[in-house]
This record gives sequence, C-alpha cells and structure tokens, in this order.
Amino acid sequence: MGIAIGMAMEGLRPIAEIQFADFIYPAFNQIVGEAAKTRYRSNGDYTCPLVIRTPYGGGIRGALSHSVSIEALFYHVPGLKIVAPSFPADIKGLLNAAIEDPDPVLFLEHKKTYRSVKGEVPTGHYTIPIGKADVKKAGTQLTVVSYGLYVHQALDAAQQLEAEGHSVEVIDLRSIRPMDRTTILESVRKTRKLLIIHEDNKFGGIGAEISAMVVEDAFFDLDAPIRRLCGPDVPAMGYALTLEEEFMIPTSRMAEAMRDLVAF
Amino acid sequence: MAKAIDTPALERHGLSDEQLRAMLRNMIVQRTVDNRGFQLNRQGKIPFATGSEGHEGIHAGAAQAFHRGRDVLAPYYRDIGLCLGIGMPPLDALLSMFARAADISGGRQFPNHYTNKKLGMLSVSSIIAAQCTHAVGVAYAFKLRKEHDRAVLCTFGDGATSEGEWHESVNFAAIHKLPVVFLCENNEWAISTPREHQMAIKDIIAKAEGYGLPGVKVDGSDPIAVYAVVNAALERARAGEGPTLVEAKCYRFLSHTTDDDDRTYRTREEIERHRYLDPVPRFEKLLLEQGIVSADDIAALKKEVLAEVNAVTDEAEALPYPEPAELYANVYEGTHEPWL
Repeated sequence: MGIAIGMAMEGLRPIAEIQFADFIYPAFNQIVGEAAKTRYRSNGDYTCPLVIRTPYGGGIRGALSHSVSIEALFYHVPGLKIVAPSFPADIKGLLNAAIEDPDPVLFLEHKKTYRSVKGEVPTGHYTIPIGKADVKKAGTQLTVVSYGLYVHQALDAAQQLEAEGHSVEVIDLRSIRPMDRTTILESVRKTRKLLIIHEDNKFGGIGAEISAMVVEDAFFDLDAPIRRLCGPDVPAMGYALTLEEEFMIPTSRMAEAMRDLVAF
Repeated sequence: MAKAIDTPALERHGLSDEQLRAMLRNMIVQRTVDNRGFQLNRQGKIPFATGSEGHEGIHAGAAQAFHRGRDVLAPYYRDIGLCLGIGMPPLDALLSMFARAADISGGRQFPNHYTNKKLGMLSVSSIIAAQCTHAVGVAYAFKLRKEHDRAVLCTFGDGATSEGEWHESVNFAAIHKLPVVFLCENNEWAISTPREHQMAIKDIIAKAEGYGLPGVKVDGSDPIAVYAVVNAALERARAGEGPTLVEAKCYRFLSHTTDDDDRTYRTREEIERHRYLDPVPRFEKLLLEQGIVSADDIAALKKEVLAEVNAVTDEAEALPYPEPAELYANVYEGTHEPWL
C-alpha cells in the first residue's frame, strides 16, 4: 500500500488491489495514517490520488477471512472517500470517477455480486459522481437505504411489498463517504419512515451515522422509529452453511421489516 | 616525517574545497538550529523540539551526493541537516518549530516534519519506516516512466529496520532493481531502546544479504566517507543497477526529543565515551589540518551562522500562527463540510 502511495505522490494514478478486504488490516496504517493525511499534513504540497479496490462481504462460504465488511473501520476517516456500488453500470462510472479523483478512494466490491448480478453497461467513457446516491425504486410509504449486495435483495423485497399494495422507496447509497445527505433526507421527509439495511454489524456501523443524521435533521418528519436491519455483533460469519445463513439477512426478513414499518 | 603521518593527503573523492567548506557550514547550521530548538523549548516558546546532534556528518555528506531537481528524498524526523543540505532554508526549520502560517505545512506538522515538493522532499511522517514504502513507490514510478538518472534517497534510524514495512520496502526494491538508496542513520538508540534490544546482529547491513542487495557500512562521523558511499550508491541506482543499503554509524548525543529524558536509560559516561565521534569538531580539525579553512575562518563562520539563525528565529517568531479556519482546508480537493 505504501508503495502505491509513493507512486501516487510522484504523480501516477495507481490502483492498489487488496485481494480480499479481510486482508487490508496490515495496510491500515498506510491508508489511514498516510494516504488520508497526505494532502492535509502537507497543506496541499503533496496529494495522493490513489484507488484501493477490494472485494468485501459474505454469503459465498468465505468464512472468517473472506467475508468481512470493512467500511465502518474506514468511514470515520476524513481524507478518505469510500464507494460501494452494486450495479454494473454504477461500478464502471464510479471506478472511472475514483481513478480521476485527486484524493484516495476505497473502492468496495461485494463479492457475491460478481456472479449473481447482471446489468447493461454503457460503452465509452463516463463517470458517476462520488457522493451521489441513486433512488433505485421510487415509493411513498417507506424509505429503505442500503448499499452493496443488500440493495438487490431490498429491491426484491420492495417488489413483494408493491404486490401487496405498499409503496417502498429504495436508495442505493453507492458512496459511503462522502454521503448523499440530500437524497436521504428528501426521501425521508417524503415517506416519513426509514429502514436502513447493511451486512456489516450494526454497532457503530454506517446505519448509526445515517440514523443520527436523520434524527438531527428530520426528527419531526418521522412517523416511526428508525429501524436498522444489520449484521449481528459477532467477529465474523462462520464457514458452516448454517452459521453463514444465520449471519446473512434473507430477503424475507427484509420484507418483514418493511411490512412492520409500513404498518406502524 | 611525523608531520606527514599526522596530515596524510586527504582522500576527497572529488569534493572541491568549496564543497568541503559548504559541508562544514551545513554541519554548523544544523547544530545551531538544533540547539535553538532545545533553547526555545526550555524558554517556553515552543512546545516541542527534536535534535539531531551526532548526525551532522551523515547529513552533510549525503546532501552533497543528492542531485537537486532530479532526485527525491524520503526523510525522517531527524534529518534536519540533510534537508538543509539539499536546499531547505533555515527559516523553514524555524517556521516549523514555531508552527507559523508561513510554514509549508501551514503549522500543521510537528517540528522537523518538513515537506517540500519543489526540493523533492516527501512529507515526513512520525510513523517509523512509513516513508520507506513511499520511497520505493517513487522509485518504482521512475522505473515505470523510464526516468533514468533519477534516484530516491530514503533515510531512517536503526529502529526502523525492526519494522515490517522496512523489510517489505527493501525486498520489493531489490526484486525490481529500483533506483533507491536506503540510508540507515544508526545512532545506537531507538528512543530508549539500545541496538542490542532491537536486533541480534551487530551490523544492520547484514540484513541486506537476505534480500539480495549490497550493504555498505560507513563511519557516519566522517562526512567525506559518507559522501563517497552514498554518492556511489546513488550513481549505481541512477544507472539502473538497483538499490543499496548504507549503514552510517553515529551516536545520538541529545535526548530523543525535548519530551524525553535520556538520563532514565543511559549513563552520562556512555555519552562522553562516544564524544570522540562528534562529527563537527572532527571535521573542523580535518579541514584545519588540510589548510582548507583557518581557525579564523571557523570562528567567523560560527559567528555568521549564529547571526543568521538568530535572524530567522526572530523572523519566524514575529510571524503569525495560521488562522483558525485553516483547520478546515485541504482535507480534500475543493470544498469540504467539516461540521456536518
């Protein structure tokens, strides 16, 4: 990682690849202590236009060291940008944006989406701005905010609710830092209810930040307590199918949580 | 006859009288600035200072081998003389101590944690050995861009060679034959940890063998010897022949920093036992013996340097701190909302 940082400081645009996000911990010092602070500590004398690509997340029988979500460990760090797109067209646009970005970007790719998600990708060069969420499905009764693999499951669950006569809005964050506060707040002010879904464990996770932000800025617009549907507070998911399935959130549970909130 | 033995012909490795005098001046400026930091701290004017007494020979010698405008320096926090030697003005050292707005880092960084892209100096980290991978990355960039005749000088203390990142850096550089020189300033102490508690070997250059690069040991109190070794290593790097590990032995005469009291871990006798290694009087004596400077020259030089350091001290002290709002600048390119 430090070598890539040196290349970036020397004016190249390196893309450092961490084979699995679980292996990123030895590079924590370089990412947090060096890359994220290069521009700041030199007051702009040096910059670090670095992209770190890494596959994260579980549901693929990856066990303890090939399944973790790492975003909460890094989203506390000013100076870093973090994206976690989940649709092929978004991935291309955000990867181009990350490479062109003058600051370090942690680019998270959910492993299970590699083979389970298909989608059209526009030809030619284009970028999608970092920091912009995308409303993947419009709705009026409930806002669901998610990112990564669970966006796809949340969309399936929202379709089920649709069939039952309920209108659910699904927002794909795409960028975790900076976060698109405007899109989230506008949606919550409209639907008055918020469900946050992510695979990473709940305590201190991205959902905690979204929840705090909505409570601070849109408390009086809420008609129900914010609900977070997240991974359990355990160190990792086990290898055994039963342990992995217990960790991961099935679409049925997402639909259930949506029904509860719509009915609140 | 006896006189001839006392003053053998100087092996100057191509260094002119002018360069030798510049090296002496660099060493005296370094020591004066160093002492100024400790004085200002004891006067309560600055919160913290780091010294480099004992490293002057390494810095003056290595700086002469550095090609300004071509090479890149990846320094650490004890490299004040090296940074001065490659062109950093003494005022910058004082601006760093006083954390003034005019400091290149805008008063953000600790004293001695310089940055100067124009001079080819990377931004200094406090994290031991963190700069070694950066140095290798810069050298890798030179190689990928086929920028021959450029090299990276990467410096660190003996303690850094116990860090994983140091080993990763040396290994990667050796594999790819990168144009980088690893210069270890071995002053025997990693803050309060003596060398024998850092490693089971006596010479750090023994670590080079395991990674397949040459290791060269040099007397760090002898700036001419340091110049010769670092110059040869940098020339080798620029010629595409790969990295070298240079171990320059010296002794740290001051505490690690003004916040460290070395009386808790080493004796005064030990320091005095090493006093013969002090590079400044040694080099003065050598140049005197060789007739390159006179005693009057040295006295005048010291007076002139003190006046300059006094002047830049006053200048830096009189300058303002950064505006509080500067806290929010340069987090990212463009605007950033720090109070979400």
